Amino acid sequence: MSAVIELAGLGVRFGERDILQDLRVSVSGRTIGLLGPNGAGKSTLIQTLLGFVPASSGTASIFGHDIRREPRAIRTLVGYMPENDAFIANLSAVTFIRMMAEISGLPPGAALERAHEVLFYVGLGEARYRPLGTYSLGMKQLAKLAQAIVHGPRLLILDEPTNGLDPPARQRMIRLVEEMKQQMHVIVCSHILRDVEETCEQVLILKQGRIVHYSNLEEERRANKRFVELETFGDDSGFADQLAALGCECAKAGIGRLKMVLPVGFELREIYRLAAERDLQLRRLNYRRDTLEDIFLKAMEA
Amino acid sequence: MAVYKRTYKSYDGPLTPAWSRWMIVTRFSYSRLVGFKTNLFLLACLVPAVGFAAYIYLAHNAAVLKSFGGNFASALSIDGKFFFNFCTFQIGLAYLLVAFTGPALVSPDVVNNAMPLYFCRPFSRSEYVAGKMAVLVYLLSLITWVPALVLFALQSSLAGWEWTRANFWIAGAVILAPLISIAILSLIAMAVSAWIKWRAAAGAVILGVFFLGAGFGSAINAVMRTHYGSLINLSQVLNTVWAGVFRQNLDTGLDVLDAWNALAGASLICLWLLFKKVRAFEVVK
Repeated sequence: MSAVIELAGLGVRFGERDILQDLRVSVSGRTIGLLGPNGAGKSTLIQTLLGFVPASSGTASIFGHDIRREPRAIRTLVGYMPENDAFIANLSAVTFIRMMAEISGLPPGAALERAHEVLFYVGLGEARYRPLGTYSLGMKQLAKLAQAIVHGPRLLILDEPTNGLDPPARQRMIRLVEEMKQQMHVIVCSHILRDVEETCEQVLILKQGRIVHYSNLEEERRANKRFVELETFGDDSGFADQLAALGCECAKAGIGRLKMVLPVGFELREIYRLAAERDLQLRRLNYRRDTLEDIFLKAMEA
Repeated sequence: MAVYKRTYKSYDGPLTPAWSRWMIVTRFSYSRLVGFKTNLFLLACLVPAVGFAAYIYLAHNAAVLKSFGGNFASALSIDGKFFFNFCTFQIGLAYLLVAFTGPALVSPDVVNNAMPLYFCRPFSRSEYVAGKMAVLVYLLSLITWVPALVLFALQSSLAGWEWTRANFWIAGAVILAPLISIAILSLIAMAVSAWIKWRAAAGAVILGVFFLGAGFGSAINAVMRTHYGSLINLSQVLNTVWAGVFRQNLDTGLDVLDAWNALAGASLICLWLLFKKVRAFEVVK
């Protein structure tokens, strides 16, 4: 798959402070989670990609367009939902979204039609003629999402999309992201690991302006299914050897405890069969579950 | 299919040319800004033009003047001074209109943090400023050089070809002079609107720029025994420039070149202030 975002030694400096330092990565996933603690440089990275902040060193490209040379081309392809409230209070939602669509290049007729469409799509159909200033926080988030997708971008950048949302509104936002990722690439920048875990295939973790982790969550999840922890009761001498003969890599982790890496295509029932033959009780069998939180914490310790 | 039944789909239709998109901001800002009150004010601003048109008509109809019982015909002359006076009066009204409408131009976008939404699209800060400025240029043109040009056309039609040929420079002057004032008024209004969120305060500051400038200018002249203080008196500066454009011998106490330089300086300051605020986000160093 061709790269969605390519960072080539990207650095950003505000005065004497290095905000981003020598970022190098080629991101190609459908949905990418951008994580990091406060001040890690997530928002600055987004703003640099959008051309709001000039890069002080290196460069980056989105769909092959260089951020220094082709910012207009990039902005045509990108939809951006900022973290903070962003709207024009005395405009109705439909007028506001229409204006944003027209500025993105849609002709007035198409812009109006799509403004109605996306407002219904995000769930603001009934409130589309109300001034945005009268919207609740959740509705404002949805309006921000609507303006980000109205022009049909290829890449959607969501900065803290579930900020301040109650659980039903959060679920709705997650569902919308899930649906939209079928049609476009999505970057979710969030503090809430659960949101990223639920929606993203890949995760890019920043710490103090540097990339400390980039991985494919799906692959990690698949890999984790091959790691098994076993707790037995009874005489387990020779049990590890028998499992090794079936292709498992085993390591003793104490009395009655085994850690194993299963070979590809290995059926778990083989373990039960062997244990039954030896009259060995299996008290516990766990997959290793590296949650995103584990990945994040490991990245922070690195 | 009904709109509410449609699901999301990407857009693959035609796009408008990039050069034309600044006008979108103009269109939406105009519809947001101009309501019944503004339209009423615009209409009221055209009343003086009717009076000046009547003056032109009377100047060319000696029979009507005679019916008033006097010989005014020789006293009524239509020349550069006539148009200078008309434009001066109209620009005063334009000043009020700017103080009334200008504050609502940029501040709603700044207050509501809408700038990132404009600039994450293929749309530049210059286009934004041009789009917003066009609203004021359009409104102010309607009450300044457009009626002045209509008056010139009326005078030409009544006075004949000889007058028109001899005074054709007036047509240029009635366009150029108000446009200079419109440009500086618009820039001041937008800069103030970008920095001052409260509409009433912004309106007061727009008015104050001229009055305070005049006050400080006079004070500097008196204390420093110089005439350079007048360079911050924008009314005086504009009057000097206008006098040059309308070929009027007015002793404004300022050199025309100095006045042009002062205007250029004021414009640059306004643009600098404007571009400090018109950006997707503010860098805190």
